[in-house]
Amino acid sequence: MVRLIAFLVGVFFSGMLLIGLVDTVVGAIKEPALPTAEHEFHKTPKAVSFAHDGPLGKFDTAQLQRGLKIYAEVCSACHSLKLVSFRDFAALGYDEDQVKAIAKGWKTEVPSLNPETGEPATRPAIPADKIPSPFANEVAARAANNNALPPDLSLITKARANGPAYVYSLLIGYENGQPAELLKKFPDAKTPDGLHYNPYFANLNIAMAAPLTADDQVTYDDGTKATKQQMAKDVAAFLTWTAEPKLENRKSAGWAALGFLIIFTVLAWMSYKSIWADKKH
Amino acid sequence: MSFPWANEYKPQSAVTKWVDERLPLPRLVYNAIGAGYPVPRNLNYFWNFGVLAGVALVIQIVTGIVLAMHYYASVEGAFNSVEHIMRDVNAGWFVRYAHMNGASFFFIVVYIHIFRGLFYGSYKAPREMIWLLGVVIFLLMMATAFMGYVLPWGQMSFWGAQVITGFFSAIPLVGEPLRQLLLGGFAPDQAALNRFFSLHYLLPFVIAGVIILHIWALHIPGSSNPTGVSIKGEQDTVPFHPYYTAKDGFGLGVFLIAFVAITFFTPNLLGHPDNYIPANPLSTPAHIVPEWYFLPFYAILKAFTVNFGIPFTGIVLIEAKLMGVLAMFGSILLLFFLPWLDTSPVRSGHYRPLFRKFFWYGLIPSLVVLTYCGAQPPYTQWVVLSQVAAAYYFAHFLIILPIVSRIERPLPLPNSITEAVTGKPLQTATA
Repeated sequence: MVRLIAFLVGVFFSGMLLIGLVDTVVGAIKEPALPTAEHEFHKTPKAVSFAHDGPLGKFDTAQLQRGLKIYAEVCSACHSLKLVSFRDFAALGYDEDQVKAIAKGWKTEVPSLNPETGEPATRPAIPADKIPSPFANEVAARAANNNALPPDLSLITKARANGPAYVYSLLIGYENGQPAELLKKFPDAKTPDGLHYNPYFANLNIAMAAPLTADDQVTYDDGTKATKQQMAKDVAAFLTWTAEPKLENRKSAGWAALGFLIIFTVLAWMSYKSIWADKKH
Repeated sequence: MSFPWANEYKPQSAVTKWVDERLPLPRLVYNAIGAGYPVPRNLNYFWNFGVLAGVALVIQIVTGIVLAMHYYASVEGAFNSVEHIMRDVNAGWFVRYAHMNGASFFFIVVYIHIFRGLFYGSYKAPREMIWLLGVVIFLLMMATAFMGYVLPWGQMSFWGAQVITGFFSAIPLVGEPLRQLLLGGFAPDQAALNRFFSLHYLLPFVIAGVIILHIWALHIPGSSNPTGVSIKGEQDTVPFHPYYTAKDGFGLGVFLIAFVAITFFTPNLLGHPDNYIPANPLSTPAHIVPEWYFLPFYAILKAFTVNFGIPFTGIVLIEAKLMGVLAMFGSILLLFFLPWLDTSPVRSGHYRPLFRKFFWYGLIPSLVVLTYCGAQPPYTQWVVLSQVAAAYYFAHFLIILPIVSRIERPLPLPNSITEAVTGKPLQTATA
């Protein structure tokens, strides 16, 4: 009885799947899926290497400092970094006074209350504060950005596939208008007004205008030549750090754990072999 | 344990003697995993995975309890509390990554454990109860993993919850009210998050309880073995300790090396980037995909594309969506009937030439294809592939296995485990 019912259920499910298969194939022949501009012109991120890549990689703190400068002078005009505190910048190689100075000098102040009147006010940031957001709220952010919401960047390199390379490619991937080939093939896929063509962005048209427009847009304190590629790479490295500040602890703990486990496993294997030495199995 | 040659527990010290007389816990341990449990001498490495699954559960419970100390189950605070754990809690990044990847490794070892059972016929008499309890554990694991994935309240958490609870709305008449009852609202929100957290904390202990029954049921007939031949005498067995404790120790080392390598060096490999975006009910991700261990079942769900009805009348009896949901649950529930679908008296796939072909060239490829297709966008080629693979999956268990076990001519079995191991015929009465 069990086998009879099973047989009938099996015939039903498999049969419906095979009917569905015929239906899918017929549907695909009758109405083949149309190619889309996103499908054909989207590019996967460029290959780029960082000091923190690989199981032995460590952050290049000079690069992170340069990246912070790009964030502070360019990105932070629109993008928040809500999960990062000023005190975290100690990990970029700044001492306590420098961190205090960065917090105090940050161009956006921290929302606060006037201690006398209780009215909303602002005050300079201190190391314990999170990085203040450029806009008071989402409505203000959208109002200032043609109704687009600039995403928070704290986790951006983990929230996108191949994140650091994606950020790097997106920043230098802007093209002057759409390729003629695209418009010829997909006349309806014209970039809408107020958007910008960027083949590294998921749907090719991004609200953000190219933020890195010229070499030497930012002057690096360490004398590094600020080419567009260099700036994009530095800020991608910085945003890798903001997304994964414990990356170095993680890798070094990983090597310690692996070392311990390899010794443990070799010993376990030796005791296994010696215990079973007299038993054929 | 009923083997007459099993060592009886003899307390080694006054303390253990004192305890054993009042609460025979030392005796229980001795007979469960000590020298008092005779185990077939020919177990291969696939028999390591039961113990490894137990270790994986312990890792999940220990890391999970620590995470719960810092996690905050609120739609406003959950995402940030996870990031607080990652950034500010001492070694929080380790605990969180270990828990996250621990779930994946739990499923990896459990899947190998299940396929061990499928290939070597561990579900057959007299071990049906062990198998049934195992399927219960698997279902509980899936529920626990799903609810755990919702807790960080990222985009995939939210939309995964939306999709999975949406299954219930496919049920005719009561579907939508049932879905709202389960969620405590019209969409996943604070009420759903709270109850998922509560249940995510509860279910692992239920799993632990069912594991006790699973192991208890195992100790009635004892472990099966790669030949599938029952134990004939003492020469076929070795005591669990030290023989298999040593072997499991080595297996544990290898398992932990793999676990540590992924957790410390590429912790987000098995996750989805979208779950690092806070949940946003107003923005649907381009592709909603579950965690990798659910992909075959997700592919089955999506493979049903036509309604079942009376041809040419337009009357629909079962909608495609409902059928997909039924099939998805059915694909797991059918495992409950496996001991009665596969009637071959031979347990081990080694001695079943036809079964073995269908296992290696049918079942395994169909599951690989389903896993792959489950992660793909709904393009024609992936839908067609998953329809073929899903049709095979159901046919394999419900149609092919019963027929194979009837028509197959098994290879000759060894007379005993010892004979299979040593190549020498068993010397019975004279030995």
